[in-house]
Amino acid sequence: MYSEKVIELFMNPKNAGRIDNPDGVGQVGNPQCGDIMKIYIKVKDDRIEDISFETFGCASAIASSSMVTEMVKGKTLDEALKVSNKDVMEELGGLPPQKIHCSLLAEEGIKAAIEDYRKKAGIK
Amino acid sequence: MPARKVYLDHSATTPLAAEVYEAMKPFLQERFGNPNSLHSWGREAKKAVDESRASIARLINAEPREVIITGGGSEADNLAIKGTAFALQGRGRHIITSAIEHHAVIDTCKWLEKQGFELTVLPVDETGMVSIADLDAAIRKETILVTIMYANNEVGTIQPVREIVRTARAKGVRVHLDGVQAVGHIPVDVKDLDVDLMTLSAHKMYGPKGVGALYVKRGVKLDPLVHGGGQEFGLRSGTENTAGIVGFGAAAELANRRLEEGAVEEESRLKDLLINGITEKIPNAHITGHPVERLPFHASVCFDYIEGESMLLRLDAAGIGASSGSACTSGSLEPSHVLLAMGIPHELAHGSLRLTLGKDTTEEDILYVLEILPKVVSDLRALSPLGKELS
Repeated sequence: MYSEKVIELFMNPKNAGRIDNPDGVGQVGNPQCGDIMKIYIKVKDDRIEDISFETFGCASAIASSSMVTEMVKGKTLDEALKVSNKDVMEELGGLPPQKIHCSLLAEEGIKAAIEDYRKKAGIK
Repeated sequence: MPARKVYLDHSATTPLAAEVYEAMKPFLQERFGNPNSLHSWGREAKKAVDESRASIARLINAEPREVIITGGGSEADNLAIKGTAFALQGRGRHIITSAIEHHAVIDTCKWLEKQGFELTVLPVDETGMVSIADLDAAIRKETILVTIMYANNEVGTIQPVREIVRTARAKGVRVHLDGVQAVGHIPVDVKDLDVDLMTLSAHKMYGPKGVGALYVKRGVKLDPLVHGGGQEFGLRSGTENTAGIVGFGAAAELANRRLEEGAVEEESRLKDLLINGITEKIPNAHITGHPVERLPFHASVCFDYIEGESMLLRLDAAGIGASSGSACTSGSLEPSHVLLAMGIPHELAHGSLRLTLGKDTTEEDILYVLEILPKVVSDLRALSPLGKELS
């Protein structure tokens, strides 16, 4: 049911854990639904210098977290905001229909972290 | 490749026992006769079906005439419930069931509700037990059937079946027990229980898939769902699945022998080793189901802060086959209706794990699981944002 890429990233996720003193933190999903994604970012010169995630959820939620953090690392904030759930899904080699919301969480998680950073930094 | 392969999902299905396979083989090929034919080929098949029916009957202390072979447990549940509803609708249209039934029961009852029948769904307590007082209070003049599972597939709780039957029968109400998880694994005696209807399934007891049975007590009237040639005493038409029935008979013989040889005690010992090991080695693990009144081969647990499908796939990668009631494994957005009915919160129900042992499970298998599972749980907890005050 899952692509090889999803299984690979689920078994060995990249950027898992917490960053000390993050510049922005975004949390999406809720435990009732069985999915929570928390994204931590470090920002330097308007670029995502470092990023990590913590995820409570199924294999596709964990793989989507790993994938999206790899995709936006090093990107400017505006570039990162353009990464869509479709892009994440494509890079993962597709997701089963009932798991598409996992990739949506990934997109929303990045947006929430950037929004948090901008709010803290006083940028509109 | 994993170091070991350990299948602990026997509540989902069991492997076909070697002796069952051997018994079936001739009926897939050279003994192909139709049991309804008069010639030697037919008589040979008929004899095999009769003997198998007798074996199945012996397992539950029934008469062979009271065993109706079906195309599986779900069909037997449907026959019991719809068959009763159609046969007795002149007397009343109220059915009582519980909140933790298999979908073959609950969805059949809900379908009847759409056809104008009334349904009462009894709640369960935190161990998954229905209350006899609730049942007693729910029975009305129009009640025609009480359908409750003997033992639950997700949490292993064994219902107070004797009291359920006694309570309903005292008011003249027919009782159906879904015995799919129980029969073949614990001693079941339909005469002693005085139950009217009971569902059995072959593939949950080392028999083939696609064959089950409904015990129908002598004198209990049902309408058939499948009309035709009048096989199975008019209750289930269609040429008999001879090989499947022979396999079911052989599985019943095997189950009888295993019960006599102390399978319950041995499975209980390994199950307790597993449950105790889990609660000792893993913090924030909550055993679900009844602590004592549970199937001897059944362990179920919910872990805080992690999700079931992740657990399953990590265990699978280590060669361990398990299952979960999380939403992600059910293909719906809701976690298991059984766990929710027991009052387990959504977020905890997402972290459910079921490990069901079988006749070939060894102590080494359990020790292997107790080595792998704590690491799977702690790795996933390390990935999770929840419960971080622990670390």
